[in-house]
Amino acid sequence: MTAAWTIVVLVGLGTVAIKSLGPMLLGGKPLPRGVSALVALLAPALLAALVAINTFADGQSLAVDARVLGVAAAAVATWRKAPVLLVIVLAAGTTALARALGA
Amino acid sequence: MPAPERSHRDGVRQVAPLAIAVVGFGASFGVLARAAGMGVVSPIVMSATTFAGSAQFAAASILGAGGGITSAVTAALLLNARYGPIGVSVAPYLRGNPWSRFVHAQLTVDETWAVAAEGEGRFNPKVLLGAGLTLYAAWVGGTAIGVAFGDLIGDPATWGLDAAFPALFLALLVPQLTTRDARLAALAGALIALVLTPFTPAGVPIIAASAGCLVGLRRARGTTTS
Repeated sequence: MTAAWTIVVLVGLGTVAIKSLGPMLLGGKPLPRGVSALVALLAPALLAALVAINTFADGQSLAVDARVLGVAAAAVATWRKAPVLLVIVLAAGTTALARALGA
Repeated sequence: MPAPERSHRDGVRQVAPLAIAVVGFGASFGVLARAAGMGVVSPIVMSATTFAGSAQFAAASILGAGGGITSAVTAALLLNARYGPIGVSVAPYLRGNPWSRFVHAQLTVDETWAVAAEGEGRFNPKVLLGAGLTLYAAWVGGTAIGVAFGDLIGDPATWGLDAAFPALFLALLVPQLTTRDARLAALAGALIALVLTPFTPAGVPIIAASAGCLVGLRRARGTTTS
């Protein structure tokens, strides 16, 4: 099995299990308060890391390149409450334009 | 006077504008997954089984950056860990047989969960199902469109598609920064990831960034407000 298929199968099984946990197993009993407070903070921590890595990481080194301009455009669009699709298109378009101009 | 009870159709109607964006979002996953070396079929199967955008993008980006299987799977599942408590929150409103509960559970994602919420912690399962099936079709269909046209794209960097990843994660992150703890967790996560990047294999910094959620320990140990 290729790496891609291994990932597809494992992430698929794991996600199905996580989503099923409450409705199928717990029968509506809430998580302990401390646990759910931490789990709620996982998403912002991980998403911010993904923003940072995908903006600045180039393999194992950090770089400032045309991606930064795209992400800056995305930040402005997000701040102006633009739809997600527009945010993505603006980021890609800005970075592509910067590269075409030799940035 | 109580509002009339919402139906499946209301779920479809309320996510319809979002569904158009989700087709585009699914297409960008298809293009990026293909560029990351996932081929044609596996991105579509992933959208059909995982049905969770940020986790799928994370797995594809780690694979494309040369990260290992363990890193990709762990990062994706950590991103989906929020569906544990989200599932718990809707569980009391999912009646019917186990098969029906299973389908509702799989269709419970950020957007459908938000649309199905009726305030005071109550959820409408019909709205959840209508919205969920609509977004599912949009996501899987969009992915298929993306992989179909993926090889016409050539080098994704020419089109700035590498900037699409962080832009998307930013767009998903910002609405979550509603509390001080969430902003602290995000800041900590970003810093941990950047500091570790030069010293660890791709993927590891993102998993380590999950430690950013520990900023919530102060709150959990502190006064229990309700």
